[in-house]
Amino acid sequence: MEVITLPHLEQHPLSVCLFRNVQNAAFLRQQLLQANHDFEYAFLDASVLLSRTHVLAACFRAITDVLHARLKSHNVHSEIVFALSPNNNIADSFRRFGISDQSTNILAIKVGGDASQIEAHLMQHVQGTPVLFTDATLQTMRDPARIRKIYRVDVASKEAEAFILGTMALKGS
Amino acid sequence: MSPDSGTPYLPAPFTTSPTPLTLITRGAEAALYKTTFLTPHQPCALKIRPPKPWRHPTLDARLTRQRILAEARALVKCGREGVRVPQVLGMSWEEGWVALEWIAGRTVKDVIWGWRAEGAEKGDAWLRGLLGKVGRAVGLLHSIGVVHGDLTSSNMIVEEQGSTAGEGEIVLIDFGLATQAVQEEDRAVDLYVLERAFGSTHPREEALFGVVLEAYAGSYKGAKATLKRLEDVRMRGRKKSMIG
Repeated sequence: MEVITLPHLEQHPLSVCLFRNVQNAAFLRQQLLQANHDFEYAFLDASVLLSRTHVLAACFRAITDVLHARLKSHNVHSEIVFALSPNNNIADSFRRFGISDQSTNILAIKVGGDASQIEAHLMQHVQGTPVLFTDATLQTMRDPARIRKIYRVDVASKEAEAFILGTMALKGS
Repeated sequence: MSPDSGTPYLPAPFTTSPTPLTLITRGAEAALYKTTFLTPHQPCALKIRPPKPWRHPTLDARLTRQRILAEARALVKCGREGVRVPQVLGMSWEEGWVALEWIAGRTVKDVIWGWRAEGAEKGDAWLRGLLGKVGRAVGLLHSIGVVHGDLTSSNMIVEEQGSTAGEGEIVLIDFGLATQAVQEEDRAVDLYVLERAFGSTHPREEALFGVVLEAYAGSYKGAKATLKRLEDVRMRGRKKSMIG
């Protein structure tokens, strides 16, 4: 697990862990649906994540929206999932970027909290292999066709990142 | 808010952050800071449009929102169409800030002044090469239906590419007055503004401005028509309607 501090949001550290070959996505999703307070994470399906920057931009947007009390969904973690989406449909954003029962590669993010407790909790409940959260790892998990379709770009690569970040930043305007 | 009035306006979350912000420049509408964004290693240009206390708050919020969004939309459109501009990393139209990719390099203005200061020893051909790039960059921008609105040699950066300073691509910056217009007139006025600005910033190089227009002429279909319209604009100035 990695603790990431975003510049300008030092009071809101992110605990981030990328898992490969997760066996119990259905269980994790169930916890989210039941609003189990022990599972307040943003669980993202890694196949639609382009890069670290892509994820961090969503986190920045979500946290600033919390600070200004303009959440569109119910908490900061669901807002991270929503922030990735190019449109304003919340259910749609959960379906695309959140985990499904079939997800195998999952990125877990928690804003704030005690890093060691979060790590222990994730290791206990996520049945998968923690791997380094890097652009290289994400690339092996990526489903380019889905990313192209979601953001309507020609290539799901680093070149498309500029446009994707811009689309996310402009969302809701 | 006068340019040197005490503490500058910063919106949250930048107020409480220990991450340093360095003021680069301050204009009438906005202040530009250099800082980092998303990771401590990613430099960014943070453009902040402070509230204007002389305007009614409701009007102020609406104008700030409209202008910052127009700028971001133009930049995102350029990014999608392959025109090299700073990418939008994040923004908030409510608080009036936009985080842009930091472009490393020197402005075309500084490069031309530098060329002159060195006694033009790199030669005319070198400067012509640079001006050709400027013409093609503006042409590419116009070809996708974006008009910059404030083309000057200080709103263009020659991107640093390794050790060869002054040889990189032209990156257009400051889209604060950009509009997405497809009218020939708007494009012609854009060129006219550049022509006039170039003449006063670089009087000794003014004769070479034709190189910019030549490169522009070949850069997209419709460029010829715009240049023809430019002749009309030169005759009358940039205000067509003569109202206001």
